[in-house]
Amino acid sequence: MSSNTDTIRNLAQQDYKWGFVTEIEEERIPKGLNEDVIRLISAKKHEPEFMLEWRLKAYRHWASLERADAEPKWANIKYGPINYQDISYYSAPKQKKQLNSLDELDPEILRTYEKLGIPLAEQKMLAGVAVDAVFDSVSVATTFKGKLAEAGVIFCSFSEAVQKHPELVKKYLGSVVPVTDNFFAALNSAVFSDGSFVYVPKGVRCPLELSTYFRINAAETGQFERTLIIADEGAYVSYLEGCTAPIRDEHQLHAAVVELIALDNAQIKYSTVQNWYPGDKQGRGGIYNFVTKRGACRGVNSKISWTQVETGSAITWKYPSCILQGDNSVGEFYSVALTNNYQQADTGTKMIHLGKNTSSTVVSKGISAGHGQNTYRGQVKILKGAQGARNYTQCDSLLIGDKCGAHTFPYIEVKNSTARMEHEASTSKIGEDQLFYLQQRGLKTEDAVSMIVNGFCKQVFRELPMEFAVEAQKLLSVSLEGSVG
Amino acid sequence: MSLEIKNLHVNVDGHEILKGIDLVINPGEVHSIMGPNGSGKSTLAQVLARRDAYHVTEGSVAFNGKDLLEMKPEEAACEGVFLAFQYPVEIPGISNAYFLRSALNAQRKFRGEEEMDAMDFLPFFREKLKLLEMDEKLMNRSLNEGFSGGEKKRNEVLQMSILEPKLAVLDETDSGLDIDALRIVANGVNALRSPERSFLVVTHYQRLLNYIKPDFVHVLVDGRIMRSGGPELALELEDKGYGWIEQEAAAL
Repeated sequence: MSSNTDTIRNLAQQDYKWGFVTEIEEERIPKGLNEDVIRLISAKKHEPEFMLEWRLKAYRHWASLERADAEPKWANIKYGPINYQDISYYSAPKQKKQLNSLDELDPEILRTYEKLGIPLAEQKMLAGVAVDAVFDSVSVATTFKGKLAEAGVIFCSFSEAVQKHPELVKKYLGSVVPVTDNFFAALNSAVFSDGSFVYVPKGVRCPLELSTYFRINAAETGQFERTLIIADEGAYVSYLEGCTAPIRDEHQLHAAVVELIALDNAQIKYSTVQNWYPGDKQGRGGIYNFVTKRGACRGVNSKISWTQVETGSAITWKYPSCILQGDNSVGEFYSVALTNNYQQADTGTKMIHLGKNTSSTVVSKGISAGHGQNTYRGQVKILKGAQGARNYTQCDSLLIGDKCGAHTFPYIEVKNSTARMEHEASTSKIGEDQLFYLQQRGLKTEDAVSMIVNGFCKQVFRELPMEFAVEAQKLLSVSLEGSVG
Repeated sequence: MSLEIKNLHVNVDGHEILKGIDLVINPGEVHSIMGPNGSGKSTLAQVLARRDAYHVTEGSVAFNGKDLLEMKPEEAACEGVFLAFQYPVEIPGISNAYFLRSALNAQRKFRGEEEMDAMDFLPFFREKLKLLEMDEKLMNRSLNEGFSGGEKKRNEVLQMSILEPKLAVLDETDSGLDIDALRIVANGVNALRSPERSFLVVTHYQRLLNYIKPDFVHVLVDGRIMRSGGPELALELEDKGYGWIEQEAAAL
């Protein structure tokens, strides 16, 4: 962890001439989705045949669902119809709007960056300021890649993996989330732009925490990201996705797919901090974040942990899940989901126990404020052959104010009588007594609320890699501003 | 550091609880308010701490020449008012130590003083822990989490000793304490006595006042201060009970 920060710090302190190169693609493909668009996407990326075939299969399946009006509508969220023909599925590498200085940036955004404690150099990079003393992300990435290469770890963009490691991609892509899995996964499989690819070889403990930050071109968030992470036997990797800085995107719909595979004695830790544009205080605009994330604990003694802090997006619809196939495998899900103003979230997890002596832990903390609607939806399924399975689920809701909602839909299916299940749930408000106590000691109302909320989320924050944990706490404070009058 | 209460009338839920309180506390003085249940003792304490639910319908309170009633709870706190709660709450997930340092720094920031970092805070903190005979391990637990009644009250006095208020209001700090805990708490309070600090000790029983000897004792009955005197007044109450004063109050 600290090696990441040291690397950045060292490079940031040097003076770099920032040669910002913009690649301007002349072609723009029209909006709409059909087989030609798929072929065009694949051609532009110079993909091998197998990739195009895979995309087409996915597209055909999606189209059949679309024709049959089979877009899922069961979630506890409301949104207007999405016109899939009104989206451009291929855009040139985003040309960042260039500013001369941070002064040109929306002061509100600048204020948020300061509150989140984002270093000035990063602020400039996020804002697209072309200035001399901004560190060169290419150099940082190069140093980083060197260390990974030494260890034999492959970490590159998904597009690069399709070119350089097609055998790995062919072997594992779609093995956890097949193209037919669900409506949005099918769409993603047809039109995905890019994402991350990670392969950690046998017995290797990845020496650094992998962050999307270090992927070249990673500063842009793709509309349809596809990520594949494979930890071979005995391997360990910790992957960080996202950042606390609020990100805007003209594309409203984001439908990503993340597949994780852990073989014998391997471990994958996947942490997410998401703060995409949540819409304005009246609930207009904002990103729809419909994600399919699933981890397969294929091997014996394998382990996959999902940790997420979701504070952004107008709508969040995701269930990072674990399929516990290998004997003694372990699945974990730690989540903080915040809905403020008019945000909606229907999120949770699925833990599917197949192997023997498997165990899963679910800790979900939902915070609702403003007019936010927060739903936890979780499934714990113990199949017949899952001897000696154990699950612990705790879902807690915190309501701030009296106009928000917290909902819980736990599904528990047990088909093996040796299973041990524990389920706890609580709903609470921020007590007036608690607030007054903190105020009486000198804390302002906002700081008091922040403190109480952070205390509420402690169990989850503890699971985050340290840098993320610190950022996450600040993020929560910023997201809750104005929620307690 | 002086507190001047003039003709204070306070309503709670439409009922008048305090019916015209006059009280002056000068710096360095220890005043005790005694009275039967329901007399308004806690109400007075909470109003001074600026709790919202208590509506002032008439009167004024000046603290160090400033209008206390205009202040929000956190402002009054930063000006130097501290309330040792009768029933301290628990807040999960926030350690006692972290909370204390945050509160201290919030007050320092308000006063334009430099904030204390963790390294400087620790020895300062440990010194106060010793004074209140509290185990450092307790401090890593969440705020008041799993604390016994006695430990909670000691924690209140610990916080008081760290925040170094100008006016410390103790709301029935002795309730639920055994003799040993009482002794420890009283020691803590006495160690904080200084010419710049005043105390308002709200108590039902005389016993605490054996350990924290007051300069003045006031008897509150039915929202009015019926009697004021020196420490001997407390002994008189112990001897005779509240009945005789309650009768006087009823006749008003």
